[in-house]
Amino acid sequence: MNYDRILNARISAVPPSGIRKFFDVVSTMKDAISLGVGEPDFTSQWTVNDAAIYSMRQGRTHYTANAGLLELREAACAYLEERFGVRYDPRTEIFMTVGASEGIDLALRALVEPGDEVLMPDPSYVSYSPGVVFAGGVPKPVVTREEDEFRLTPEALRAAVTPRTKALILPYPNNPTGAIMEKAHLEAIADVLRGTDIIVISDEIYAELTYGGRRHVSFASIDGMRERTITLNGFSKAFAMTGWRMGYACAPAEILRVMLKMHQYTILCAPTAGQYAALEALRTGRETDYAYVKEMVRTYDRRRRIMLDAYAQMGLPCFEPRGAFYTFPCIRKTGLTSQAFAERLLMEQKVACVPGTAFGESGEGYVRCSYATATDKVIEAMERMKTFVRQFG
Amino acid sequence: MIRDLELSILEILFNDSRTTPAQIAVMTGHSEEEVSAVIRSLEAQKIILKYPAMINWDRVEIDQVEAVIEVRVTPQRDEGFDAIAEQIYRFDEVSSVYLMSGAYDLMVTVKAKNMKSLALFVAEKLSTLDHVLSTATHFVLKKYKLEGVIFEERRKDERLVISP
Repeated sequence: MNYDRILNARISAVPPSGIRKFFDVVSTMKDAISLGVGEPDFTSQWTVNDAAIYSMRQGRTHYTANAGLLELREAACAYLEERFGVRYDPRTEIFMTVGASEGIDLALRALVEPGDEVLMPDPSYVSYSPGVVFAGGVPKPVVTREEDEFRLTPEALRAAVTPRTKALILPYPNNPTGAIMEKAHLEAIADVLRGTDIIVISDEIYAELTYGGRRHVSFASIDGMRERTITLNGFSKAFAMTGWRMGYACAPAEILRVMLKMHQYTILCAPTAGQYAALEALRTGRETDYAYVKEMVRTYDRRRRIMLDAYAQMGLPCFEPRGAFYTFPCIRKTGLTSQAFAERLLMEQKVACVPGTAFGESGEGYVRCSYATATDKVIEAMERMKTFVRQFG
Repeated sequence: MIRDLELSILEILFNDSRTTPAQIAVMTGHSEEEVSAVIRSLEAQKIILKYPAMINWDRVEIDQVEAVIEVRVTPQRDEGFDAIAEQIYRFDEVSSVYLMSGAYDLMVTVKAKNMKSLALFVAEKLSTLDHVLSTATHFVLKKYKLEGVIFEERRKDERLVISP
């Protein structure tokens, strides 16, 4: 059979993720330290695991409502209000998704008509651009720069908007740069959007992970922006629950209804055991004033500083990332491309990082190093990286 | 501010007491001098008492038994439990003494070469003290977790080595 003729050409044309090659090499390498991991090294709390086990013992192994357990939706709305000052109605403005990733897909498919343009900062998380293509739209990367601390600037946004612009993906705290957008920065973005019909897909999965006393600001909390914002969040990063695949999407009821319709026909509901686990994470969080979250943040912050200090010693410029768990040092002074730097660092010093170009063209000249890895390993990896960089003078 | 730094230093050292002041300075964003001064002050205040390693003695081939002993005592006028606690914790065999709420008063951990010498210590030294009303000895068979550290942690880092 000629599969090329059978398979959807638009989807087949999307290249596979650029990190795959590294994955295969690192997996077979002994003593390699990976700074390429995009998930917490913490494990979900035992009380969370136990709640899921208990739910299964109770025989709660059936579907839930399409939107998820009402109790969980209520808890998630209370959490969002308490932590980020945004209010959603648990009955009509939120539903539980299979990771925030499902939310990205649904948001795009709910909005995009063939040929619609979707803006996204570049560099950014690898899924946005393919997601737009899958939905039949046209991804429009908006370059963000180190001198702006990789924030999306109102000028760059204004220049990128066209009559076909349907949506803007706003992923802060950002993977891979670690950039955050503070209130004033978001207000400047809001000024550009006011009076347009552009919808903002605000991917806030790293909302809990900010450093230096700066709390994440939800885009929906900016004056007048709620009506045009789809807020995506989840349990993976905040509660170290990646494998549970639990996220949620929040939006005005009119938007959410359309997303929920697709969720209903394609997914039915988020996994029931995962929903009980998520509920427990929120409950324990609230009861302990989010002690576990705060402990993770303190630990990440220390490793973040270790990395920044090491780059300074290596002479690699790196703006100070204040969110997520990534650093994004500039490696141009080595004269290597991002890809070559990452490959040689891996082969010569057995340290894996991800070339910045995996996250968009403007990632050239940078690599992403994650500090979601044990502190002693981060220290060791930085020593090896120092040795590697030294040869370039 | 200084309190935040103190707590950070304590948390870091509790996790790994080999962490140097220079490393702590990087991790907390303070100067090395500042960190060293805070550590000295914590030592002077007897907040930091010692920098030991946590050892799983079960994996070391030595003869040693350990028991937790519940001790009921009569508190003394003016001294409360402190005087009798001191009489107990002064013994080299005793590795820890806690004052407890509930059915007994002092929880005493004792280490000895073998069961017999431990039993003799309880019979001859501990039970015979004035004010000790009764003892109940429980031998430790296996330790699973101490100070937040699981002894036989089976978990490996099973995460995907590279993920987006």
